[in-house]
Amino acid sequence: MSSKSYIRRPNRPLQIYAAIFLIVLYVPVLFLPLFSLNDSIYVKFPLKGFTTQWYVELFNREPVWAALMNSVKVGTTTSIIATGFGVFAAKAITRYRIPGRGLLVGFIMLPLVVPGIIFGVALLVLLSQLGIPLSLYTVTIGHVIVSLPFAIATMIPRFEGFDPSVEEASADLGENAWWTFWRVTFPIVFPGILASLLLTFTVSFDEFIMAFFLSGTDPTLPMYIWSQLRFPREFPPILALASIILLVSFILVFIGQWINRDAQAKTLANEEE
Amino acid sequence: MTQNDAYISIRNVNKFFGAFQAINDVSIDIHQGEFFSLLGSSGCGKTTLLRMLAGFEMPTSGEVFIDGQPMSSVPPHQRPVNMVFQSYAIFPHLNVRDNIAYGLRKQKLTRAKRDAMVDEMLELIKLPEYGDRKANQLSGGQRQRIALARALILRPKVLLLDEPLGALDKQLREQMQLELRALQKTVGITFVFVTHDQEEALTLSDRIAVMADGRDLQVDTPTRLYESPVNRNVASFIGTMNFFDGKVTEIADGTASVDVKGLGQVLTTNFAPKLRPGDDVCIAIRPEKLNLTESEPRDVGNKKQGQMDKAAYLGERSHYYVRLNNVSQPVAISAQNLQRAEGTPEEKRPVWISWEDNVFVVLENG
Repeated sequence: MSSKSYIRRPNRPLQIYAAIFLIVLYVPVLFLPLFSLNDSIYVKFPLKGFTTQWYVELFNREPVWAALMNSVKVGTTTSIIATGFGVFAAKAITRYRIPGRGLLVGFIMLPLVVPGIIFGVALLVLLSQLGIPLSLYTVTIGHVIVSLPFAIATMIPRFEGFDPSVEEASADLGENAWWTFWRVTFPIVFPGILASLLLTFTVSFDEFIMAFFLSGTDPTLPMYIWSQLRFPREFPPILALASIILLVSFILVFIGQWINRDAQAKTLANEEE
Repeated sequence: MTQNDAYISIRNVNKFFGAFQAINDVSIDIHQGEFFSLLGSSGCGKTTLLRMLAGFEMPTSGEVFIDGQPMSSVPPHQRPVNMVFQSYAIFPHLNVRDNIAYGLRKQKLTRAKRDAMVDEMLELIKLPEYGDRKANQLSGGQRQRIALARALILRPKVLLLDEPLGALDKQLREQMQLELRALQKTVGITFVFVTHDQEEALTLSDRIAVMADGRDLQVDTPTRLYESPVNRNVASFIGTMNFFDGKVTEIADGTASVDVKGLGQVLTTNFAPKLRPGDDVCIAIRPEKLNLTESEPRDVGNKKQGQMDKAAYLGERSHYYVRLNNVSQPVAISAQNLQRAEGTPEEKRPVWISWEDNVFVVLENG
C-alpha cells in the first residue's frame, strides 16, 4: 500500500474546517491571558497597556493560596482513588468474559453524559440524609464519580494493547495472581496509570458544579474564582489566575497523553491489521 | 492414581464452552521422556487440551493426572509443567536475561548462581550475546528460543509447546524442528507439542494423537499413523491417500482377500481383527506405493490399465492422476524422478498401474 491511500490523502476542505474549528474553540479562551496582562480593571478593548500587577496582586492574596491548597488536596486524593478503581475496572472489562459487557461499560461511562447538576443534587440529598457534613471529603467523593470514566477510558487501551498470554506466562512460570500483577501487569500498564493520574487530577482541579453543591466552608479554587466574580475590583487578578490554571492544565494533560502515546499507537496499529 | 505407568494421564475429559463441546471424551496416556504431539486442524480441541495440562482451562468432566496426582485442584502456578506460548508471551518490559530468570524468584538463589543458570540457558539456545536486548529487538526465532529457555530453566517435568514454530518461515522452522528434537533428547523432559502441521508432527514425535472435532481419532507412532491409519479421517489428514470401496471375500492365514471396485482382488494383512468375510469396507493405498508404467508390466499379478488424467512435475518427484474404469476419483500416484526428465509428460495416454501385496490397508468404517 502506498502512503497516500484513499483515506490518507490530503483533503483541503477538511483542513480548512479543522482550522475554523480550532479558532472558534480556543480564541475566546486566549482572551483570558490577553486581558490578564492589560492595565485596566475593565475587560474591554482597546487595550490600555502591559502590566504584570494582577499577577503580583494574586500572589499576595492569602485566600487564593488556601483555595489552591484545597484544590490540590482534593485533586490528588481524587486522582489516586479514581485511578486505583480505574485499573481494576479496566482489567476486568478487558480480561474476563463478563455477560453484558457493553451495558456495564456504558453504565461506568454514564457520568460523562449525565449533567453534573443532577449528580450534585443527588449526592447532596444522599449526604444530608445520612447526616454527613459537607467538607472537602464530600467534594472528593463527587470528583471521584466524575473522573472515574476518564480513568477507565485511559486505562482500557493500555490493557487491550498487551497480549493476555503474558499474564498466563507469569502464572505458568510459578507466580500467583498477586505477584503476576506486580511483576507483569503493573509495569506494562504503568504509563497508562501515570496518564490517568494526571488527567483525573486535571478534571478534579477544574471541576465546579460538584464542588458548588458539595463543598462546606473550604472553597476549592474554581469556587473561589466564582465567589470573586461579584466584585469588579477583584476581576483582573482572577483573569491572571485563570490563565495560570489554563497553562498548568494544558501541560498536565499534554504530558499524560504523551506518556501514554504508545498505547494509543498500538491500538491503532492493531485496528489496521 | 493411574492404572498404568503413564506420566500424564488424561482420563475421559470433556470440555464445554457454553453449548459448544471443545473436547469430547478424550483419554490419552503420555509416557515420561516422550515427545508427544497433538495434531489436528484448527478448532479440533488440541490447544484446549494443552491449556488443560497447563491449568488455564478446567475439564467440564474427567480428570488430568500428572505424575499420578490429580490436577483439577492445582492452579497453573503450582503445576510441574511449563509452557511455550504460540505468541511466545515474552515480557515486553524486561530484557532477555530477566525474561529467562523470571521464574527463579521463588528459589531464592544468590545473584551469582542465578546469573550462571541464565548464562547456561543463553548458551543452550545459542544466544549468549543477547542477554541485554529488549524483547522488541528480537526476531521471531529468537523470541521462540527465549520462551523455551524461560520454561526450561525451571527444569519442569513436562514442557508444553503450543504451535511454537507456527510463526516462523519455512527454512527457520525446519532448522528449529531439528534443534527442538535434539534439545528434547538432551534435557530428557517430556514434551507435549501442539501442531496443525502433519509433516512437523511426523518429523518430531515419538507418538502423535490425531484429533478432530474434540476427539482423539488415533494415538500412535508416526509410522503406524502413516502406514496403518484406523479410519478415513486419519488417513486423509496425514498425507495423501487413495480410497476404494470393496467387499471382503475371504480371510485365511491372517490375510484378507478384498474385491475392490475398479481394481479386482487385492490381498492384504493390514486390517483390524474384527473384520469378517462379507463386510463392506473402505480400502486405501498411499500414492507412492503404486507403480506407474507406460507398457503392461510383466511378472506382476496386481495391475490395471487406466488413462493418464494429469501430471505435475515437482522436481524430485512427480504426481500423476490416473483414471480407472468404475472408479469415480482419479487415482493419485507419486513417483520419484530417478531419471532425468525431458519435456512435459503427455496427458490422456493409456498407462498401467501395478502394486505389490500387503500395500493396501483396510480402514474401519466411519
